[in-house]
Amino acid sequence: MLAAIDLFFLVSTMVKIVFFVMVVVMTLVAYTVYAERRFSAIIQDRVGPNRVGIPFTKISLAGLGQPIADGLKFLLKEDFTPKHVNTFYYWLAPALTMVPALMSAAVVPFGSEMAIPFGDEIYRVPLVIADINVGPVFVFAITSLSVYGIVIAGWSSNSKYSFFGGVRSSSQMISYEICMGLSIIPVIMILGELNLTKIVEAQSANGWLLLPAWGNGLSMQSWLLLIPVIISFVIFTISIFAETNRLPFDLPECETELVAGYHTEYSSMKFALFFLGEYAAMIIGSGIIVTLFLGGWSLPFGLSEHLLANKGGFWGIITPLIHFGCFMSKVVAFLLFFIWVRWSIPRFRYDQLMRLGWVFFFEIALANIVLTAIIMVVLR
Amino acid sequence: MPPVAFIIFSVIMLVFGVLVVVNRNPVASALSLVVSFLGLAALFVSLDAYFVGVVQILVYAGAVMVLFLFIIMLLDLKAEARRKINVVPMIGGCVLTAVLVLQLVSVLNTFEPGKKSLVEAPLDYAAAAAARPAVPEGKSDTIKRDLRENKLPDVRLLGEQLFTKFPFHLQIAGVLLLVSTVGVVILSKRELK
Repeated sequence: MLAAIDLFFLVSTMVKIVFFVMVVVMTLVAYTVYAERRFSAIIQDRVGPNRVGIPFTKISLAGLGQPIADGLKFLLKEDFTPKHVNTFYYWLAPALTMVPALMSAAVVPFGSEMAIPFGDEIYRVPLVIADINVGPVFVFAITSLSVYGIVIAGWSSNSKYSFFGGVRSSSQMISYEICMGLSIIPVIMILGELNLTKIVEAQSANGWLLLPAWGNGLSMQSWLLLIPVIISFVIFTISIFAETNRLPFDLPECETELVAGYHTEYSSMKFALFFLGEYAAMIIGSGIIVTLFLGGWSLPFGLSEHLLANKGGFWGIITPLIHFGCFMSKVVAFLLFFIWVRWSIPRFRYDQLMRLGWVFFFEIALANIVLTAIIMVVLR
Repeated sequence: MPPVAFIIFSVIMLVFGVLVVVNRNPVASALSLVVSFLGLAALFVSLDAYFVGVVQILVYAGAVMVLFLFIIMLLDLKAEARRKINVVPMIGGCVLTAVLVLQLVSVLNTFEPGKKSLVEAPLDYAAAAAARPAVPEGKSDTIKRDLRENKLPDVRLLGEQLFTKFPFHLQIAGVLLLVSTVGVVILSKRELK
């Protein structure tokens, strides 16, 4: 029985989980909060947090130490549980928001396959935690669970404002899940693949879906298919905004009407978990957008293919690292876009939000599937 | 001996299935059902049926149960929690469940291929790839390609079965869903007189 356990697989997977989820995503979450504060300050012509640097010194590093101070503040505040709440569910809710966001990180490929020469053998490690054949569907399934955290938080708080936040979020997330699922069907039809690693590899060789400028992408069909792909991209990106409860769709917490929505009754680290969960979901959402539409870890103009052609030696380690850097820079660009939108656009009204989802996006996404099919059949 | 994962997930599924009935609070019942669905999904995944497992989570745990929870919360069913336990229906339910379990056990015991464990009957990818029918010139068989790479193309196999063997049934199901959608729209659009 023990012989059946692949020790190398086990260890490499653990290392990948710790590296990608704990180190990369969690650090990025902390620094996205910092970026949000600095970026909003720039937009509003303020200075923003620029003082905190290395602790106990006078080096400020443009405020890069701010996340440490923020974290300490959350940990040291009084963890207050109001008397009128349903305690078990009140404690469960913050965890249920954070966990699904981190779980969906498992299928996002963050680099090309690493080949580590060790002794006589070469160990191959694909830079994705779980290389499963149903990547996008898995992500949708897990994100559809994240609604429970918010709904339970709203219900267990026993407060009107929290409850409205929870109810709003459940109907909003269900509505936009449909748009999100329908909008990526054209992508799957074009690539004919549900495995995210293979989706990225195909885009690396034949042009990103949004930039078919090399390989087989330089064909009449790919350029015509750009029309449905752009429609998909717009619907998918906006749905991610709605799914992660970001402004202009942050109706569940809507300060002007609901105090703070579903997390009105939360304080200290439990509030922080909601807060961090939102940012983690944003990071993974950006990762999925990048993977599906912008070629994931691949460099533009077929440069990745040249890099991948270099076999042997240290190329097996350097190439995946370059690709990892490429993936992260695309994700960071998207995160800045998320922040930019938040501080530029006012919040929707609730009926407008539902109208947009059900009357416009739903129909457009359905028509888009038909359009893609027609283009694919006519220009085969 | 069945694999460890099977035992863990079936215990999760059964325990939370019982909790659905035992819990007096409707919200707690609904949430227990969600966990039970997650256990079921994990069982599907442990049988290499990734797509079915993931769709189980997506459809039942992620959409149907959210709507259930939504309704339960809006109605705020306090009376349900205070209702007394009725002994006669409870005994009847237990007896019925026992009969069903006995039947299942006796039927499943006669199923010969089920006596082998998964370890004794590994998937033979090479043979499955060789058994694929030839495709016309200029087209590629992606199922065959995946099988050659020792990967189970469960989504493709499911799609192939649905669209070649059961296209009629699929369309009937589609029409049924359309009818129910139209029905719901008409019901909710009806003006109160």
